[in-house]
Amino acid sequence: MKIRQLSVFLENRPGQLRFPCKALGDAGIDIVTMSLADTAQFGILRLVVKEWERAKSVLEAAGVVVNVTEVLAVDVPDRPGGLAAVLEAFEQAGVGVEYMYPSASRERGRHATLLFRLEDPDRAEKLLEAAGVKLVGPAELFARS
Amino acid sequence: MSSQWNDAPGGFHPASAPDFLPRRELARLQLGRLRSVVERAHARVELFRRRMEERGVTPADVRSLEDLGRLPFTVKTDLRDTYPFGLFASPMEQIVRLHASSGTTGKPIVVAYTEADLRVWTSVMVRTFAACGLHRGDVIQNAYGYGLFTGGLGAHYGAEALGATVIPISGGNTERQLMVLQDFGATAICCTPSYMIHLVERAREAGISFERLKVGVFGAEPWTEEMRRHIEAAAGIRAHDVYGLSEIIGPGVGIECERRDGLHLFEDHFYPEIIDPETGEVLPDGAEGELVLTTLSKEAMPMIRYRTRDITSIVPEPCACGRTLRRIRRIGRRSDDMLIIRGVNVFPSQVEAALLAVEGTLPHYQIVLARVQGLDEMEVQVEVTPEVFSDVIGALEALRRRLEAAIDHVVGIRVKVTLVAPRTLARSEGKAKRVLDRRNM
Repeated sequence: MKIRQLSVFLENRPGQLRFPCKALGDAGIDIVTMSLADTAQFGILRLVVKEWERAKSVLEAAGVVVNVTEVLAVDVPDRPGGLAAVLEAFEQAGVGVEYMYPSASRERGRHATLLFRLEDPDRAEKLLEAAGVKLVGPAELFARS
Repeated sequence: MSSQWNDAPGGFHPASAPDFLPRRELARLQLGRLRSVVERAHARVELFRRRMEERGVTPADVRSLEDLGRLPFTVKTDLRDTYPFGLFASPMEQIVRLHASSGTTGKPIVVAYTEADLRVWTSVMVRTFAACGLHRGDVIQNAYGYGLFTGGLGAHYGAEALGATVIPISGGNTERQLMVLQDFGATAICCTPSYMIHLVERAREAGISFERLKVGVFGAEPWTEEMRRHIEAAAGIRAHDVYGLSEIIGPGVGIECERRDGLHLFEDHFYPEIIDPETGEVLPDGAEGELVLTTLSKEAMPMIRYRTRDITSIVPEPCACGRTLRRIRRIGRRSDDMLIIRGVNVFPSQVEAALLAVEGTLPHYQIVLARVQGLDEMEVQVEVTPEVFSDVIGALEALRRRLEAAIDHVVGIRVKVTLVAPRTLARSEGKAKRVLDRRNM
């Protein structure tokens, strides 16, 4: 159920964000969703794409440092308190969140899909399934986009 | 000696008498001292004895000052390879002081002094201050760092022996420096020239003027005539360049007199040669090359033909000040990759050792030097490799801090590490350019 996420190191200067996006575009790779984390010095672009292995080689060939990690996609009921309830389940299961961001693909009006980078993805997956949290697999996530 | 030898304004300090020895007398003194120091080093320092044997020379072969050219060189790595005490020529019970400065990699180099060595060091520092026109009654703010670095204590004891009042404030803490400078009425200051520029700028911001300050004794790093003009105009003082290095004694190897046209070397204790850094051949006065120094009177750690890596030339003409001591031109560059940052010696190899220790492999890196508000700043740009790259910001920040701490630990000064994208640092013929010096020197 886990989803592969590519992370790319970016310096804080003009053109740095466009460069990897253009490399993926030229190779015909569609970005499913993404998020950008920034510090005063540098940024990290996190990408979810359908063909992660090909995307990784395209980026590496372009001279970009790529890191592959696993994230979990969680459907969160699109109503007040929906996210809080899911996070409560995380807390009870003792699953720590490194960071999270929303997926650009979603089922409008029913769920918001959030991507979570968790401390121990394998353990987190088991605990969250047992707690009844709805995880979305890659096939389903990509089908929505 | 005439009545000009008195410790009063207009007179010469009695300790400065050797500055004015007739050349022939000086040469006789030098040769006598050279023969005994070679004998001492040969008898007591294994490395030196072995090198002399390899060259088939004995101390008896030194019959003139020119014969010095037959002796082997000593280089900085010899001090590292014999760390810590391998080049000492005195037993520890006769050594009364140790100092250390940074070496080419992680370990520092250690230098030692007997009581007689300290007396020599103090005497050349008295002559240094006297050549700057200072004497009893002057108040000297000593802003060189006290500690293992030779600058602080070297200047301190020289200033005290001169009869001046010493303010042993040590380096750093600009606010306090300015307060003391103003309130204690210092007439002279010792520090690195870049720190003086920093002080001058901060004083201007704070609206402070140095009314009593008249002389600055600046050294421990290369500087330029432009910096001198800037300091002299902004602080209303006369700025003197002082030369020295721990391996030889510390500060007090050479000083600019009031003419400030080259640095007089205290040749009665430190014998200079200029060599071609490629071939090792001795060059005539006037020719530019690497300065090689032999300590003529050092007991604890004699240095025979020590290659300073400083590029300069010996001024052939005598100085109008009357000193017979030969002068060297201001040192503008070095023949190795040593950098001097805020008075601290830094080698790129030290930075490499630190990067390697943290990352396990050596990443591409570049050292960028800049001068911000008169102070040297060192930035190390490190290319991110797949091995260390993480998608978590905290992990990269932690890596950056670990790199900073490791470099700081080896080099001894605070640095800023910046992570940069791969292949962004300039490479020429596949090799990265390791140092980008933007200090305009």
